[in-house]
Amino acid sequence: MSYIGILVTYIFVQNFILVQFMGLCPFIGVSRNSESAIGMGMAVTFVTAIASVVCWAVYHFLLVPFDLDYLRTIAFILVIAALVQLVEMVIKKMSPALYKALGIYLPLITTNCAVLGIAIIAIDNNYNMLESFFAGLAAGLGFTMAIILMSNIREKLETTAVRSVFNGVPIAFISAGLMALAFMAFDKSLIVNLHLA
Amino acid sequence: MASHMYELKKGIFKENPTFIIMLGMCPTLGVSTQVSNALGMGASVLFVLFFSNIVISMLRKVIPDTIRIPSYIVVIASFVTIVEMVLHAFVPSVYAALGVYLPLIVVNCIILGRAEAFANKNTVLDSALDAIGMGIGFTLSLTLIALIREIFGAGTITLFPMGSFSGVITIPGLSESPVRVLTLAAGALLVMGYLKAFFQWKTSRSEKA
Repeated sequence: MSYIGILVTYIFVQNFILVQFMGLCPFIGVSRNSESAIGMGMAVTFVTAIASVVCWAVYHFLLVPFDLDYLRTIAFILVIAALVQLVEMVIKKMSPALYKALGIYLPLITTNCAVLGIAIIAIDNNYNMLESFFAGLAAGLGFTMAIILMSNIREKLETTAVRSVFNGVPIAFISAGLMALAFMAFDKSLIVNLHLA
Repeated sequence: MASHMYELKKGIFKENPTFIIMLGMCPTLGVSTQVSNALGMGASVLFVLFFSNIVISMLRKVIPDTIRIPSYIVVIASFVTIVEMVLHAFVPSVYAALGVYLPLIVVNCIILGRAEAFANKNTVLDSALDAIGMGIGFTLSLTLIALIREIFGAGTITLFPMGSFSGVITIPGLSESPVRVLTLAAGALLVMGYLKAFFQWKTSRSEKA
């Protein structure tokens, strides 16, 4: 699959939140206002892009040569946890402004399914290193897009009268469901029709 | 004895992980297209939760506070790997259906959440009971969502094949023209939203009474 094909696949066709339900916890938890949604989205994109490459390297250079591929889950989650910590320290040192914007979201990302999910999906699909990077980047961008759209909807909902039993989380899920309905328009035929397969 | 019963029961209704604490949403919605997948996922989570809670509770005085989260994750990941291997070997159909959601049990917030909030402060027995309660609560809610989605979305109930029973119950009337959208991604989010609203209504009513 071409690189543009991978980007389109993971941003639209296999959108991590609206189609695969990965990273729903931050999606519901951090989408109350658009500023924090953008922060979370950027932090996730940053980590998924790096993590999918690093996990790819660990899998192909460390686990496969030593016949340890059954340790994939343990190895990946440790790599991701260490990576998130490292990214946090590097950003803190290099760019205090960026750290201030992303700081509080970074620790939450270790347990975000999207990061481990894209690392495993990239391995399962036999992507090469660059394809893994694009898949990670696209997954993060798809997540960012969905969470920003959601935060805008929720900011509007704040000022709308909603029945008390639907207030808060239920109406957020239902709005997400309606968004997912719209995203059903993007399916495999999109990739075929654009000649990206 | 009463307190032990409380630890067991609270996960099923009062602190139900899916509908009240809202943890572990990703697998809940991802695998609830068929009842058999929901049961497989529920059993896997119950197993991992039970053993990781016991091990973490036993090690709670040994693990230094600063590195507790990575230590918990290693314990949890080991049990997830065991589940993966066992399912792959004995129930390959469930293994294939759960797909990427199986390794994702590692980052299921329920398990890490219980380790952090309960197992590192309580005795081994209480932690084991807590894990069973939470695991059953998770399985029940997952099965409820799967039942709604499968009955209305496909008109069937898929269980495990046993003897002459093929494992699939077809519901007449619904299987000819099902509400297909419920088995898709959008349906999962809608069902979850309405169920959560129902539970909020229940809670608000019992608070008034």
